[in-house]
Amino acid sequence: MLKLIGIKKTFNPGTVNEKKALDGVDLTLNEGDFVTVIGGNGAGKSTTLNAIAGVWPIDEGEIIIDGINVTRLPEYKRAKYLGRVFQDPMTGTAASMQIEENLALASRRGLRRTLKSGINSAERERYREKLKILDLGLEDRLTAKVGLLSGGQRQALTLLMATLKKPKLLLLDEHTAALDPKTAAKVLEATDKIIARDNLTAIMITHNMKDAIAHGNRLIMMHEGRIIYDVAGEEKKNLKVSDLLAKFEQASGGEFANDRMMLA
Amino acid sequence: MNIGTLFNALPGACAQGLIWGIMAIGVYITYKILDLADLTVDGTMCTGGAVCVVLMLNGYSAPVALICAFLAGMLAGFVTGIFHTAMGIPAILSGILTQLGLYSINLRIMGGKANQAISVDKYPLIVSLRNIKGVPVYKNTILIVAIFIVVIVAILYWFFGTELGCAIRATGSNQNMSRAQGINTDSGKIIGLMLSNGIVALASGLYAQYQGFSDVNMGRGAIVIGLAAVIIGQVLFGRFARNFAGKLLAVALGAIIYYLVLQFVLWLGLNSNDLKLLSALVVAVFLAVPYIKGKYFTKVSKKGGVGRA
Repeated sequence: MLKLIGIKKTFNPGTVNEKKALDGVDLTLNEGDFVTVIGGNGAGKSTTLNAIAGVWPIDEGEIIIDGINVTRLPEYKRAKYLGRVFQDPMTGTAASMQIEENLALASRRGLRRTLKSGINSAERERYREKLKILDLGLEDRLTAKVGLLSGGQRQALTLLMATLKKPKLLLLDEHTAALDPKTAAKVLEATDKIIARDNLTAIMITHNMKDAIAHGNRLIMMHEGRIIYDVAGEEKKNLKVSDLLAKFEQASGGEFANDRMMLA
Repeated sequence: MNIGTLFNALPGACAQGLIWGIMAIGVYITYKILDLADLTVDGTMCTGGAVCVVLMLNGYSAPVALICAFLAGMLAGFVTGIFHTAMGIPAILSGILTQLGLYSINLRIMGGKANQAISVDKYPLIVSLRNIKGVPVYKNTILIVAIFIVVIVAILYWFFGTELGCAIRATGSNQNMSRAQGINTDSGKIIGLMLSNGIVALASGLYAQYQGFSDVNMGRGAIVIGLAAVIIGQVLFGRFARNFAGKLLAVALGAIIYYLVLQFVLWLGLNSNDLKLLSALVVAVFLAVPYIKGKYFTKVSKKGGVGRA
């Protein structure tokens, strides 16, 4: 479903701020894979997702989604294949527009925007049904401006928008990190439900190692722009936080000891 | 100071305000919907008039001349859009560049002259400052411009409800989200800029007919007047304007208020050369109000708060 071949990206090349963010990332995802990604700050987790989404061009390598080489496609054209939820709840929705308008925009992802009406009444019914899954009472507030919603509600809505039109690949960039624990658990639960229901292929970045172990069927660890650990199936299920910490120590020579991941 | 002179001047102020209301609706599209400050309009506010007057002097009818003015404005907006999106120039600077270039183009359109007069007696103008009092209702400039506004608002209301219009609104609201949802934000901005400048040029065409001439300086400071109308409309009528059409009408009303106030201060004896200074100050104050309110007058109870008596 997804193939990353030798992805390299350096930010600010040739300056004092030069940062080698991705240093040859290779990854193959099968259909229905739900991968959790962990790694320290600056390991290249978000950069990998942004490379897949096409936020900026990569320096080297190929990105293939479902057999289509998207390496040179602009971000808005790749959106056809991708559902994305961001870390910042403000990023994924248009605050000045209504809930139903946001959903209508999302349901036309990958289609040509024509002069047909932006939303019709049949859609509204469908959105009402979909919003019920989130269990946040949003189904009764279709015409409310998204800017009035809480961070958790906006994040849940973004998740719904990302999956409204079934994506080939769902990219979750620490989408619960900015939420309080209770809301985070709720959004994570909805994530699991939707991925399982639609049999989605997904990549989820998290800083919480327990979450990384508890969710998905595969786990990868990144360090300094490379994937240093990739585990799936039974082996992944039997992982413990202490195993992951040991891996980190090994990779980084102990420098992770005060990383915020320790708290998780 | 005779109160009679003031009352006599009011219908003219209304007509002018309505024409600038159309212009302000154009500004609203870029400033409010796209969240861009587009200074191209200072140029297009002359281009439209120049195109309209020159075409009519050459025997074309008013509707044809106005349509061409609209298209000329769209072209100017397209250029700004290309500067901004394809060439990566910041929006404000893109607008300034187009505006500066338009100065030369406007002079060329008018055959190298700084202004071109057109008389309502010899040409079939559809609006004129002479057609405000003492003419049949159907010829009345205020009515005709009001119809223009209603039609423009209706078309925009429809357009911004379509898939394409929603995509443009999303572009102005959140570009990251828009791209993630497969919206081409560059083309959204270009279409918005074209639409906005087309409407401004149409207003310019009407304004040139109204005053009976086009002038290379007629657009100077237009953006400020447009913003004034947008802001006044929002402050005074915002709470009544529930939907998009209401908001656009509020902008048009804002322009009328602006011209009525202008007429009033002129009547009070203000030198007309000082008007632009006044406009700039009015807009500065209105723009500052929300900021200052938020910064200094936020109602947060301080620690050990001051007891409310």
